[in-house]
Amino acid sequence: MSTETKKPWGDSIFRGLTLSFAIGILLLFTAIVVSLWHESLPSIHKFGFSFLTSSAWNPVKDDFGALIAIVGTLISTLLAMLIAVPISIGVALFLAELAPEWMKAPFGTAIELLAAIPSIVYGMWGLFVLSPIMADHLQPWLADHFDFLPFFTGPAMGIGMLTAGLVLALMILPFIASVTRDVFLMVPQNLKEAAYGMGCTTWEVVRDIMIPYGKKGIAGAVFLGMGRALGETMAITFVIGNAYHLSWSLFAPGTSIASTLANEFTEADSDIYLSSLVELGLVLFLITFIVLGIAQMWLRRGNQGGGL
Amino acid sequence: MIRRQRRILTNRIVLGLSGAAATLGLVMLAWILGDVALRGMQAINWDFFTELPTPPGMVGGGVANDIVGTLLMTVAATCMSVPFGVLAGTWLSEFGRDSRLGSVIRYFSDILVSAPSIVIGVFVYLIIVRPSGHFSGWAGAVSLAIIMLPVVSRTTEEMLKLVPHELREAALALGAPYWKIMPQVIYRAAAAGMATGIMLAVARVAGETAPLLFTAMNSPYWMESMNEPMANLTVTLFNYAMSPYDDWQTKAWGAAFLITMAVLITTITTRLILRKRSKH
Repeated sequence: MSTETKKPWGDSIFRGLTLSFAIGILLLFTAIVVSLWHESLPSIHKFGFSFLTSSAWNPVKDDFGALIAIVGTLISTLLAMLIAVPISIGVALFLAELAPEWMKAPFGTAIELLAAIPSIVYGMWGLFVLSPIMADHLQPWLADHFDFLPFFTGPAMGIGMLTAGLVLALMILPFIASVTRDVFLMVPQNLKEAAYGMGCTTWEVVRDIMIPYGKKGIAGAVFLGMGRALGETMAITFVIGNAYHLSWSLFAPGTSIASTLANEFTEADSDIYLSSLVELGLVLFLITFIVLGIAQMWLRRGNQGGGL
Repeated sequence: MIRRQRRILTNRIVLGLSGAAATLGLVMLAWILGDVALRGMQAINWDFFTELPTPPGMVGGGVANDIVGTLLMTVAATCMSVPFGVLAGTWLSEFGRDSRLGSVIRYFSDILVSAPSIVIGVFVYLIIVRPSGHFSGWAGAVSLAIIMLPVVSRTTEEMLKLVPHELREAALALGAPYWKIMPQVIYRAAAAGMATGIMLAVARVAGETAPLLFTAMNSPYWMESMNEPMANLTVTLFNYAMSPYDDWQTKAWGAAFLITMAVLITTITTRLILRKRSKH
């Protein structure tokens, strides 16, 4: 009788062991935030809230502010999103619905391979291949035709915000495309068939059935790509120009939080310099945390059967 | 009739645009891979694999120590993250499937998967490099392991969930305790899937640079232990590509070629295995 209620002790240990490792992931996450925050304290005390609004970055005078790096991060990400989102949704539609069956596999694999190429290779390609093309062709063309806009002025150097945005767009395109494709593939077949049966064209099925059904998931995919773009380091460090400078012109070199860290972290020779860099890292971690958090929320809701 | 023609025309235009977007993706892939292969091949010779780097500005030499360093750190990172990730994934799949704690852990690990890898580098610098007083291969391996961990735990969870419940019930009915069923039945049933998940995680960190910049840093010498600054391909690629020397820039393309090939071959192989399995 007693054997029925007795739980084997081995199972309790096993359960406890696996639980402790699962909780370990949460602890790791907490440890990252706490250690970054702790190291940022000198900078937080010295500069306070004005760290976020000051455009100073002067290692000689130990005067630091995050504004230029934050703005640079946001602008390069925004540019990347403007370019990558429409293209990747197009790619996703093609892969999920429009492409003939025999084309789906090769195109799908190509997108997955684009996602697998290490970011440093994108950066290097951006510097040696894309930048010269930008300087010789695209930037002069933009300057000639859109000179009434403040965005396309100044010397065409190849490297700068615009090139950084392009390389970033190329990097996040496959992420957004493959997640969006999965969202589209979850649209129930019978909904689509019903619409086709009523005589809808493919585009009408996409516009009236697939996009409304998957809109949370698509938004999640877009935010996922945005989270990646915000924290991307190597692809940007090569081509952004690494200059502490705010400019309306997208041709001008700038900097981002991640590329500042990559360039300066090992050079920080004073405690407040290091502390300010760590605070930059903390700011980046918190921004991406929020963006990725929203992405996960939407992707999860999307997974739970959307409109039905 | 006009309305119908307009609908068909719109449809054609959208189909065309979407096809163009997909073609653009294919073209970019071919363009990047083509450049990497063409320029990378020029650097590839026997010395590239067997010699140490030359001092700045000198022609010749290779990246043998970098190849060994990257391999060692990736292996060390795998050894650290796989047991951790597999056990965590086991709890998520077997015990925490519908629990609140389970969904919290899942949420945070999914965020950690896409978290900026450079911040992981800063974290490891603060907890290992600075207290120990020097850059080291171990610190590099730990930062790669942190990046691998959530990927391993989430794929383990997904793969364990694919194992049919009846298999667990059958084993339980024979009187086996759970802790024996897991390794002897469930892990075995999910082994191929878990292995491919781990390989994808390896492929992902093999090309990582940002978390190594201030953990492993780099070194032009053969390592004597993992407890010192460690040569690795990606940081060398970064330094060489940013240098003003033609020979170093060529070598940077060579390193890029090597890394890209390794990562792509791993990715393609694992995807093929996954696809084959899912068809059965």
